[in-house]
Amino acid sequence: MDVIIENLPLYWEGFLRTLFLSAVSGIIALILGTLLAAARVSPVAALRGFSTVYVEILRNTPLTIAFFFSAIVLPRIGVKFEQFEVAAIIALSTYTAAFIAEAVRSGVNSVPVGQAEAARSIGMKFGQVLSLIILPQALRTVIPPLINILIALVKNSSVAGAFFVLELFGYGRQLANANGDAVITVLLGTAFFYLLITVPLGILANTVERKVAIAR
Amino acid sequence: MTTHVPGDALVSLNAVNKHYGQLHVLKDINLQVRKGEVVVVIGPSGSGKSTLCRAINRLETIEDGTISIDGKVLPEEGKELAQLRADVGMVFQSFNLFAHKTILENVTLGPIKVKGVSKAAAEKDAMALLERVGVGHQAPKLPAQLSGGQQQRVAIARALAMKPKVMLFDEPTSALDPEMINEVLDVMVQLAKEGMTMIVVTHEMGFARKAADRVVFMADGQIVEDDTPEEFFTNPKSDRAKDFLSKLLTH
Repeated sequence: MDVIIENLPLYWEGFLRTLFLSAVSGIIALILGTLLAAARVSPVAALRGFSTVYVEILRNTPLTIAFFFSAIVLPRIGVKFEQFEVAAIIALSTYTAAFIAEAVRSGVNSVPVGQAEAARSIGMKFGQVLSLIILPQALRTVIPPLINILIALVKNSSVAGAFFVLELFGYGRQLANANGDAVITVLLGTAFFYLLITVPLGILANTVERKVAIAR
Repeated sequence: MTTHVPGDALVSLNAVNKHYGQLHVLKDINLQVRKGEVVVVIGPSGSGKSTLCRAINRLETIEDGTISIDGKVLPEEGKELAQLRADVGMVFQSFNLFAHKTILENVTLGPIKVKGVSKAAAEKDAMALLERVGVGHQAPKLPAQLSGGQQQRVAIARALAMKPKVMLFDEPTSALDPEMINEVLDVMVQLAKEGMTMIVVTHEMGFARKAADRVVFMADGQIVEDDTPEEFFTNPKSDRAKDFLSKLLTH
C-alpha cells in the first residue's frame, strides 16, 4: 500500500495522460467513425467502397500494427511530429474509428426504412435525412456498443506505453520494475486508476440511454 | 362527382418497366394524370400497384421508360431529385411519422429544412393544417401517443405542408382499425373536392366510387382497365376485373 501512496504523483500523472489520450482519441474516433458510417450508407459507390475497405483493414489487424505505422512508418515517409503522443493519438483514433463506424452503421440499420423514405419524400437531401431523422433515432441503440468501444479505447491506450508515451500503464511498469517486492500492489494500483475512468463511462452510458429513449 | 375541369398531364408515365429479379412487376406502364384529377389504382395484391405509386417519386427505381412530373423527367439521385420530391406528397401505409419529433415538428420540418420557411410561418401553417385534419390539439405530442387514424391524418398534413403539386397515397388505410378508416377517408375526400391531384392506391371501393375521376385496375404488373368509376364498377370489360370485383362482392 505504501508503494501506491508514495508514488501517487506518478500515478496521477499517468492517469491524466491516459485520460488525455483517451479523450482526444475518443472524440476524433467518434467524428471519423460517424463520417465513415455515413459514407457506408451513402448513395455514392466510391464512398461506400472506401469506408468498407477502411473498416475491414483497421478492424481486422492488431492495434500494435497501427501503432507501428504511426510511430515508425509515418515519420519515415515524411510525417514528422514532435511528440510520440501524436502518433499514439493517430493510431488509437484511426483504429477505434473502424469499430465506431460499425456500431453507428448497425444503429442506422435499426431505424425502420420508412423513416428515411418519409424524409426523402418531403424533399430532404441525403445529409439531412441522416442528420435530422436517422442518426438521432439511431443514437439510442448505438449508445451501449459505443460505450463498450470507448472503454476498450481507454484500455487500448496502454499500448502507447510501449511506444515511448508515459501514460498510466507506462508508469505502472516503471514502478513495478523499481519495486520488485510489491509488483502485485503496484499493478492493483494501476488497475484502480483505469477503473476510475471506465466505471464512470459505464454509468454515463446508462444515464444517456435512459435520456434518449424514444417511445415507439 | 367532382366539378373541377382537369387540365394538362401533371404526372406522366411512359413505357415504364421494372423487375424484381425474375419477377416483372411493372410491364410497359403508360399512365397520364391531369392536373386536378383523382386517380384510384386498385387490383389484387402483388399486381404492382404499390410499386407504381412508389416509382412516381423514385422510392423505387425503374429500368426503362420515363416518369415526368409537371413536364420534368424524374432525375437520378441528387439535389434535383430532392427538389422534385418536395413537389410530390406521399402518404404511406405505415404512416412513417418521425418517431423522435412532435406532431408539430413532423409537419414543420419539411418547410423549414427543405424550403427555408421561417419557424414562425411554418408553425402557423402547420397548426392550420393540423386543425384542418382534426388533430390540432395533439400538436405537442409524440407520434406514438396518437391512434393510427390520427397518425395518418398527421402524415397527410405533413405532406400537404410542402404544398405539393400531386399527392400519392400508398394504401393509406390498410394498416388502420376499421373504425379509423373513415376519419382518414373523409380527409382524402375533402382534399379531392378541393381540386388536389391525387393518385390513390387503395382497397376502399367506397372511396373510389365517391371521389375518383378515374379507376385504374392493375393485374400482374399491367394496367388492365382505365375507366370512370361508374363504368368500371357496373360494366368491367376484362375477365380479370370481373373476377376481382366478384370476389369483393361475395363478402
